[in-house]
Amino acid sequence: MRKAATDKRGRLAVSHVVLLAAIFAFWYAMTTPGLVSPEFAKNTAFFFGKPIEVMKVIWMWFSTGKIYPHLAITLTETMLAFAVGSVLGLVVGLWLALSPFASALADPYIKAANAMPRVILAPIFAVWFGLGITSKVALGVTLVFFIVFFNVFQGIKEVSPTVLANARMLGASKRQLLASIYLPSATSWVFSSLHTSVGMAFVGAVVGEYLGSAKGVGYLILQAEGVFDINTVLAGILVLTACALMLDVIVTHVEARLLVWRPRAAETEAL
Amino acid sequence: MSPVTPGRAPALALDGITCTFAARAAKGGTVGRYTAVKDVSLTIAPGEFVAVVGPTGCGKSTLLNVAAGLLEPSAGSVQIHGEPLSGINGHAGYMFQADALMPWRSALTNVTAGLEFHGVARSEAIPRARDWLARVGLAGFEDRFPHQLSGGMRKRVALAQMLILDPQLLLMDEPFSALDIQTRQLMENELLDLWSADRKSVLFITHDLEEAISLSDRVIVLSAGPATHPIGEFTIDLPRPRDVAEIRMTPRFVELHSAIWQAMKSEVLKVYAQSRH
Repeated sequence: MRKAATDKRGRLAVSHVVLLAAIFAFWYAMTTPGLVSPEFAKNTAFFFGKPIEVMKVIWMWFSTGKIYPHLAITLTETMLAFAVGSVLGLVVGLWLALSPFASALADPYIKAANAMPRVILAPIFAVWFGLGITSKVALGVTLVFFIVFFNVFQGIKEVSPTVLANARMLGASKRQLLASIYLPSATSWVFSSLHTSVGMAFVGAVVGEYLGSAKGVGYLILQAEGVFDINTVLAGILVLTACALMLDVIVTHVEARLLVWRPRAAETEAL
Repeated sequence: MSPVTPGRAPALALDGITCTFAARAAKGGTVGRYTAVKDVSLTIAPGEFVAVVGPTGCGKSTLLNVAAGLLEPSAGSVQIHGEPLSGINGHAGYMFQADALMPWRSALTNVTAGLEFHGVARSEAIPRARDWLARVGLAGFEDRFPHQLSGGMRKRVALAQMLILDPQLLLMDEPFSALDIQTRQLMENELLDLWSADRKSVLFITHDLEEAISLSDRVIVLSAGPATHPIGEFTIDLPRPRDVAEIRMTPRFVELHSAIWQAMKSEVLKVYAQSRH
């Protein structure tokens, strides 16, 4: 059984790599004279870039270290947006979920603010906070806040009434209920929305940079786009994708550690 | 906690309890009234084990919630050791029918929860919780989370969680109804052992007549809902200590069972008739 499972996973990994190589090979073939006419290759290279050139740009970025300050800025913005947005979402979510009047009062505004395409706020934030890191964090916060907020709100509403009654019978005061029932329950919902909210924080940072900045990977892409340097644009996109994947892996690990108490389907223990 | 009033004041006295809920019809939104419990009076002496049986859905849990102080009755009064109850009943421990453990806490920290809420230091709470887990047969399972325990083990944790606070009155709402019959009898025997060690007052709610007789000193039979009220009371004069599995074979048990069943039968049939419409 176990051997078959490892075999299957191994084959899947090989298939992933083969597929990736195939995509790059196709890309290469379509943008290089040889298989296609030079005229066609020239056009496709203009629109889609050349894989070799893209790799060269990435190599140059990392070998000269030119990318690091930009990456550092983008990742800092992501982390700050995630942290601030999560804390705000948690606090506001707890508050509104536990206060029926406040929640009824805020309901239409929350709905409106959530329905609004918030990326459009980026220019306003640029005016308010300047072209530095703050305006990007602000944009990321508006994206993260609502995800966390709705999750916490829902999480509080779904706290088991039995668990709550039990804690009250055990002598929990209002404050103790908040600390030992509502908060853990809400944070578990925050963690379950971690993937989406970290992703959104990243989107906020990059879009913010793209719309106006002096540093960051989004800024590199914007600059390259200005001179139709499609290879650099694609290199930036590839680096961002790799970063997003890495963040996702980290989140998965953090999640597994923090939510050990969550039941998983069919869990057995090795003897 | 205020000191327990000495003397023979009942551990729990319900007097003329009526609970009426505003019920909303499924369609149309007309608001009606549903009286779950009507004019119920019952007392539990200190150290007495009282079982309440009744057909399903007859408002047994409502009664328990009133005794716990989780629910304010529409009419009537609740007295604990002769003192009127206001707010949560601090003398009572409550064991729920559904899972009530905090899923994000380990077995050990679930048991320490009550002590924590009462401001007991961690260093003192943890050894006491370990001791209680061992007493309910869960030594070695301290670090498990509720989802890693079986249904019976979760009930044991809940039992330890309740008993560590040394409540004077145990309120138990069909605590073992979700367990298989073997586990259930084991738990019932353990409950009797723990109870006989320091004779707390118990209000035990169940729909299982055999469970009620084998555990208790007195069985109270409730009518079918709505407007549930007691329709019979039987003293169980079976000798203690008891083994819940063996006691069922004795002639006296069979006698009591058939007597109480006679009283219950018409009510159960009433519920059955209602559910067919």
